[in-house]
Amino acid sequence: MNQKAILYLALLAFGIAVPFMFPAYKLQISIMWILVVLSLTWDVQGGQMGYNTFGNIMFFGLGMYICSSFQIGIFFPLAEWTASGGEKTFIHTPTQFFQGFFIGIIFAGIIPALVAAIIGYGILGLRGHYFAICTLGLAIAAGELAGGIELVGAGQGMTSPPWPKNIGDTELRSEFFYYICFVLMISTFLFLRWAYTTRFGLVLNAIRDNEDKAEAMGINTMRYKISGWVVSAFFVGIAGGLMGNMIGYIEPVETAFAGRTFGVFMVVMAILGGKGTLWGPIIGAIAFHIFKEGFWTFFLGWQYVALGALIVIVVIFFPEGIMGWLREKYPDRFGEVIDEEDRKAQVELK
Amino acid sequence: MGAILQVDQVYKYFGGVKANENISMTVTQGSIAGLIGPNGSGKTTLFNSIVGTHPIDKGSIKFEDKEVSALPVPSVARLGLLRTFQQTRIYGKLNCIDNMRISAKPSRDNLFSVFSTIPNELNDKAEHLLSFVGLYQKRKLRAGDLSFGQQKLLELAMALMNEPKMLLLDEPTAGINPTLINGIINRLIKVNEEFGITLLVIEHNMRVIMSLAQHIFCLAHGQLIANGKPEQIKKDQRVIDAYLGVQ
Amino acid sequence: MDFLIFQIPILMVQASIDGILLGILFALIAYGMALQWGVMNIINIAQGELVILGGYIAYFMYVIGIHPAFGIIVSPIIMYFVGWSLYKLVINRVVDRDLFISILATFGISILTQQLMNFAFGSDVVIAQSNFGTTMLFNYMVTIPNSKLFAAVVSIIFAILLVLYMRRSKLGRAIRATAQNPRAAKILGVDTEKVYAATFGINAALCGVAGSLIAITFTLHPYVGLPYTVRSFMIVIIAGLGNLPGVALSGMGLGVFEEFSDYIFGTEFRIAAVFLLLVFILVYRRFKLSRKREYLK
Repeated sequence: MNQKAILYLALLAFGIAVPFMFPAYKLQISIMWILVVLSLTWDVQGGQMGYNTFGNIMFFGLGMYICSSFQIGIFFPLAEWTASGGEKTFIHTPTQFFQGFFIGIIFAGIIPALVAAIIGYGILGLRGHYFAICTLGLAIAAGELAGGIELVGAGQGMTSPPWPKNIGDTELRSEFFYYICFVLMISTFLFLRWAYTTRFGLVLNAIRDNEDKAEAMGINTMRYKISGWVVSAFFVGIAGGLMGNMIGYIEPVETAFAGRTFGVFMVVMAILGGKGTLWGPIIGAIAFHIFKEGFWTFFLGWQYVALGALIVIVVIFFPEGIMGWLREKYPDRFGEVIDEEDRKAQVELK
Repeated sequence: MGAILQVDQVYKYFGGVKANENISMTVTQGSIAGLIGPNGSGKTTLFNSIVGTHPIDKGSIKFEDKEVSALPVPSVARLGLLRTFQQTRIYGKLNCIDNMRISAKPSRDNLFSVFSTIPNELNDKAEHLLSFVGLYQKRKLRAGDLSFGQQKLLELAMALMNEPKMLLLDEPTAGINPTLINGIINRLIKVNEEFGITLLVIEHNMRVIMSLAQHIFCLAHGQLIANGKPEQIKKDQRVIDAYLGVQ
Repeated sequence: MDFLIFQIPILMVQASIDGILLGILFALIAYGMALQWGVMNIINIAQGELVILGGYIAYFMYVIGIHPAFGIIVSPIIMYFVGWSLYKLVINRVVDRDLFISILATFGISILTQQLMNFAFGSDVVIAQSNFGTTMLFNYMVTIPNSKLFAAVVSIIFAILLVLYMRRSKLGRAIRATAQNPRAAKILGVDTEKVYAATFGINAALCGVAGSLIAITFTLHPYVGLPYTVRSFMIVIIAGLGNLPGVALSGMGLGVFEEFSDYIFGTEFRIAAVFLLLVFILVYRRFKLSRKREYLK
């Protein structure tokens, strides 16, 4: 166990030191932490519970809009802000900015969580591909609807509050958001690591392996399904709020309810890293981030062709992911037993 | 000893097919009852009706004097009425111990217990029960890697872990190596005598059911055609005709 | 929300006719979706992209001076080979596996294809002009572009041809046998590999026909494929696999729904309406089935 503690500390130290070691990549790595959060939370449904969802991005978009709406709306009339050029008329003082930000972030987590709790009973009653396509429908509909709401800028979208002018420069801004993203990622990881050691973790796995059996044993599966979705919605919502602030501009279909990008990414990352494991989604997110940066740099104009091909290859040839592959190769290191009797027999034969 | 299970004039149709027609039976608490009949006579359908897998079309089913025919499966299970499946159902990717741990009844079952820790004492109980069914050696293996027979034993152990009052067993010896069947019979008798669990067993193996059951019900073509003690059923002409296919 | 349409009956007539004609087109695409779902147990998220690609073939013909209506012959031929190749390259590895794998893999193919089309044909919204004129009904109150009538008639003809082919031809019967029981079909000598490839090819060809018709009646754009996929999925789950009249009726119903929704909620919410209808149907089904303690499999 000491080995593990050292590993954790080393990673923590690395994460904290990044803005100083690689200052040019602050924003990039912030986004990578966001990807880790998306991947980890997708895995709660997709990997641990076996409910492949295309809809978690809905919480991302919701969180994004809600965060900025609160950030702005607490101090200024939101409708006027989102009308063209409105953000130039209303300027946040530093106090207002940070107050608004932290209030916005809280609601960016809470409201999606509530939405998940409310619609969960209906949506999570669906299974398999019906669940997958239903959640896809929800995510896309959410984006289309947001594109029609004038209050938040309709199809044009809205700007999130800019960084207050007299509080440092863009470097400080990047550092601020970097650490907030990092803290979010750590919180998500620690929460899920704990949650998986409780009944929650085992029940989710039982639902994945045989939902009918779990029900036949008296487990109230819907309660656990909804709890899992609420947890995911909470962290994904906050991630959305952060992202909206970092990008500075919230557009309904490409940025907020980004089904085609982040919505698909979170599925691929978890599968690439190894779904159903704790570290799989993390490794998958990091590996994917590297791929993505590579594609967007070297294949610009073709990046989605490369991405599409990657998805096909991973899903068909590498569905067990990195962690799954490692588990097959080194089962002992993962506490898996192959067959004690066989081994005993072999020992005796010698 | 009163009746723990009362099935009263139950009908179940699937489209035009009368899977269960006017079935009435009573199982005494603490007993072992058998349910026999040729293939397609409606035995598994009756099990499904009892535990709530599907609604029934007519009739009443009472467990411990409580009407359960309108309840969904998890609710019936929580009342202490469990069943095992013909095609075994276990949690394939979890190891045997985890299969057991998640099968135990939680001490509190509400919204807040979702994130409760599973007590460590359950590990001892799990190992004890796995040992009871002869799976102690395999306890760390993935349940999905076990053989069919071993999975059947695991399923039984999981059911015992839940401390049910009554257990419906769907062909517990089907697919099991004949040399191991006696072991199963003995264990089932023990489960009934020591743990006090009432058993209702579907069986095709006549030797097994005759030595196990104190009372036997026989279905054919969806109807109950005979019930009584094993010696009576053995000689009952209607039962013999049903198995030999005489109308 | 604007309920003007209910106050002016002639608008309802217009919307209904538009909807039915559109719906027949949807039904054709849905038939292809049902075919591959029933025979190969895959859900093809790239269905819409196949349609758009088929449409671009007709558009290309238009650009080089050939009347795009001939696309209904040329496009399915080309698309058959596209589909067949896609099967041999990717789909055959996905057929025997979990349905979700097919969803993910075809999702990958769809985003790949979207950008390829964007690269090849640009990101402008285009239409292939057919110059078929317009039919006026009810004293010029209802206008129907003849291209839409053409599209509906062609769709019906192709649907009938396909049904006949499936019933009479050797391959058609092999496909139907494989759909019912792949293992039995294999044992009886059916080359399932060939059947699967042909099925996927036929689906792509159907999409090609539909796409050409869409090119002349509506518009093409590299990124409007997904709504067509969702529509065909919806129609299949409403009608059920193997229920061709149901597919036709559901298609027309969906078309009418969309046209009415345009009037009531506005065109900008058309896509949202389609996806929300999908969610509504699935959730409604879920609650109806749960009364019988069942669920959609």
